[in-house]
Amino acid sequence: MELPFKPRPASSAPDTQEVLIEGEHTYTSLADKLAAIVENKPPPQWYPVVWIGFLGSLLLLTAAVVTLWKGVGIWGLNQPVAWGFAIMHFVWWIGIGHAGTLISAILVLARQDWRDSLNRITETMTLFAVLAAGLFPILHLGRPENFYWIIPYPNNLGLWPQFKSPLTWDVLAVMTYLTVSTLFLYLGLIPDLALLRERARNPVLRFVYGALSLGWTGSAVHWHRYRAAYVLLAGLATPLVISVHSVVSLDFAYSLIPGWHLTLFPPFFASGAIYSGFAMALTLVIPLRAWYKLEDVITPTHLEWMARILLAAGLGVTYVYVFEFFTGWYSGEPYELGLIKNRVSGPYAPYFWAEMTANVAVLQLLWFPRIRKSVWALFVISIIANVGMWLDRFDIVVMSLNRDFLPSSWQLYFPTFWDWALYIGTLGFYLFGLALFVRFFPPIAIAELLHLLHKKKRHH
Amino acid sequence: MARLFGLVAEFDDPERLLEATRRARAEGYQRLDAHTPFPVEGLVEALGRRDERIPWIAFVVGMLGAAFGFWMQAYIQTVDYPLNIGGKPLLGWPAYVPITFEITILSISIALFFAMLLMNGLPLAHHPLRNTPVYPRIFADRFVLVVEATDPRFDPEATRTFLEGLGALSVTEVREA
Repeated sequence: MELPFKPRPASSAPDTQEVLIEGEHTYTSLADKLAAIVENKPPPQWYPVVWIGFLGSLLLLTAAVVTLWKGVGIWGLNQPVAWGFAIMHFVWWIGIGHAGTLISAILVLARQDWRDSLNRITETMTLFAVLAAGLFPILHLGRPENFYWIIPYPNNLGLWPQFKSPLTWDVLAVMTYLTVSTLFLYLGLIPDLALLRERARNPVLRFVYGALSLGWTGSAVHWHRYRAAYVLLAGLATPLVISVHSVVSLDFAYSLIPGWHLTLFPPFFASGAIYSGFAMALTLVIPLRAWYKLEDVITPTHLEWMARILLAAGLGVTYVYVFEFFTGWYSGEPYELGLIKNRVSGPYAPYFWAEMTANVAVLQLLWFPRIRKSVWALFVISIIANVGMWLDRFDIVVMSLNRDFLPSSWQLYFPTFWDWALYIGTLGFYLFGLALFVRFFPPIAIAELLHLLHKKKRHH
Repeated sequence: MARLFGLVAEFDDPERLLEATRRARAEGYQRLDAHTPFPVEGLVEALGRRDERIPWIAFVVGMLGAAFGFWMQAYIQTVDYPLNIGGKPLLGWPAYVPITFEITILSISIALFFAMLLMNGLPLAHHPLRNTPVYPRIFADRFVLVVEATDPRFDPEATRTFLEGLGALSVTEVREA
């Protein structure tokens, strides 16, 4: 579908050196190079990653089974901290997932060509992050075998969910998000699967790619309908992303807990999601680019633009921190003021200051072009940003809950071994999923990049 | 010998394919198709096969999805299973917005995906083009124009000469099965 207007690509701004595909590539050489990622043996670094991921997934499985067997009593939950690691990691993982959809959806609509090299890997990131995220609320239920009670379907008890509760919205939002991002990822894969089908020498792989590619023939009429569906899906995914994290934030904001009862929560969660998601995208793309020798297609331009978005989203998060303090102070509520005092000087103060250092102070380094252009600096900053957002979610969940209205019920939260096992387990599952995906499916969208090459050629 | 499906002209550049398609259309050919590794701008227009149904399907399904989502909540919460919580109105419609929105997006996305497959005739087990040597390359670096044998203007010899005159790298006969 063509937009009625032709926006000028931002990349043509005079001050940027726009290099999206480096080297002298033809269609043949580019397709060969990108398909080789899947066809050749993986680089040596792939094996440790997949093993660590596999062991982490086993840990996740163990922790999940033990939790299901013994109940959530084995976690560090207490009163008043009834939402501990599980909900915190749910929010953290969902946030990480968002950058994938943002890169692939918003940047399609904005006609940003540089997304073409990044969208596949970040969409994969989204898929596994949402899968990891979705696990936590289900385990947190206490009676996870009854999770389907919250799905609206006519049952023989005549019972329905309560649709005015954000918890119900949450289930539908996350499930819709998972479905739409899976469809989007798969839709994007279809032409590449057809290419792999034609190139596969192994008959089993040829059959599998053939079945998955649905017999795609590359007909111009098919492409026309395909692009219409793809762009519309991107257009729908964009508000969807914003809605998912806003709904997640409403789980908090609907309550009266000091620190949670804020109208600013939806944009706060959304900007935090973009920030942590782009941080995770950088953390993953930088090693992938080095290990698979993808410098031709993930150029310094790509990294720098991702760093700029990271900076912009991080400044959004900084703004919210300032605003949180302002609202707390301006409300004059003793409980809000107490929360501020608890944050800056209470038992969790070191975590709070670490969060501020990571998300506010270190972030400012990205203003300097020299740092944005240094791959190592970006890699380190992206990891710090991930840790910072982890602390941010810890701040929201634990620091707001550990002191409620009555000092007699104040209690600190101590995560147990199983809390940590679940978290580290999902990290492993995430790595495992990504490593296997990259082994069998092209991490760079081949058809998109051939298209990009065509556009560049026509330009010159 | 299997029935003739058509003639395939192979090009190595999308611009040349586009030009050839325009010329074939000007010549009066109607049953044309092109196969390319990526969507080439202007190619469906050149083929005269634009299809505007997809956005309309999205619109109609979206309206239906939104109506269903809202109706479901309103019906359940006011008629079938009224829950009075804190004296809030049963038809508290602002609270129904998030779920209505999610159901709308979900229904459009699923409909778009399957409508695209259905209209394109996918999944497809076999295509006559698979019998040509150029087929594997139309997913990477070849751009082909297909003139189907059912075209009223189709003539094995004249069409071949015409296609060769367009600067094709090769012109191949394709047979079905």
